[in-house]
Amino acid sequence: MHELPATEGILRVALDAAQGAGGGRIREIDLVIGELTSMVDDSVQFYFDLLARGTPAEGALLRFHREPGELRCDGCGRTSAVRAPLPPSCPRCGDLRVRVTGGQAFRVDSIDLDPDPTPTPSTGVSA
Amino acid sequence: MKIPVVTQILKANDSVARENAVLFEERGVTLLNVMASPGAGKTSLILATAARLDEGLRPGVVEGDVASSIDADRIAEAGIPVVQINTGGNCHLDAPMLRSALEHLDLDALDLLFVENVGNLICPSNYRLGNDTAVVVASVPEGFDKPHKYPGIFAKADMILVNKWDLADVFDFDLDFFTRGVRMVNPEVPILPVSCRDGYGLDAWVSWLESRIPSPVPPGV
Repeated sequence: MHELPATEGILRVALDAAQGAGGGRIREIDLVIGELTSMVDDSVQFYFDLLARGTPAEGALLRFHREPGELRCDGCGRTSAVRAPLPPSCPRCGDLRVRVTGGQAFRVDSIDLDPDPTPTPSTGVSA
Repeated sequence: MKIPVVTQILKANDSVARENAVLFEERGVTLLNVMASPGAGKTSLILATAARLDEGLRPGVVEGDVASSIDADRIAEAGIPVVQINTGGNCHLDAPMLRSALEHLDLDALDLLFVENVGNLICPSNYRLGNDTAVVVASVPEGFDKPHKYPGIFAKADMILVNKWDLADVFDFDLDFFTRGVRMVNPEVPILPVSCRDGYGLDAWVSWLESRIPSPVPPGV
């Protein structure tokens, strides 16, 4: 459910970027979403297909790049890959002084745009 | 043609949140975003806090619920200005929703605005409303593992209250385990056990809150 407003955000960011680049049809959108953000890819794609109808992003492919959850231990200095629920201590050494250092990203990285054909500038050489 | 964007997905919400923040600063209103699971005691906390506030501080409340005005009715009975937002299924409040609600409140007559978010530990954490002071109300019966399971909301908190503390023994509540989960994502945030039922810890909470409210500028200065 919470993917709906998030997906509206994705569409808006992509349409703004396309417009800023002179317009055209959006073919692909590259997303970076952290493993700890509770966003489900299929759900985002489902809402996107509905929301993008009739816009220059209709039919665009969403490419999900997952940023892995990462825990850093201030005891042993090492990092561990984690998912929710977070472990109560460092999975490597058991130290309690751990903090989350990855997995919370939520952004659009790039779009792939099929630009509008630019009108050929008049050359002024017409006979 | 590949075009780099690198833009936060929720920037539209964040830009309205910044407008809200400017409005609150102009009117001298401190914004409290109260987030918790359903049933953790958000409404009880707001009522208990309002009853203990310094007399010079005028509270108001925006109530966010999927449906009903049960909570807003309780607030209104206590004589506090309140506006209800029914989100119609949406699982959180966002900055544009709050902005619409503000049209129904006289901000010049308020010093402190409590926004009671929709009961949910996932979605509200992604949506800033303004210059929020984010208060997460956990509660003893929910269990002490919640920060480990829902790190996102605890990461954004400026204050974490553990409500229903009068039940801590009954539920074998492990505050150390709870605290360790919070520290992983939010090393500095204060964590205060409270009970809206018997008043435990509420004075400490209200002092902390009042310390965040700027003193009003005396007239003529």
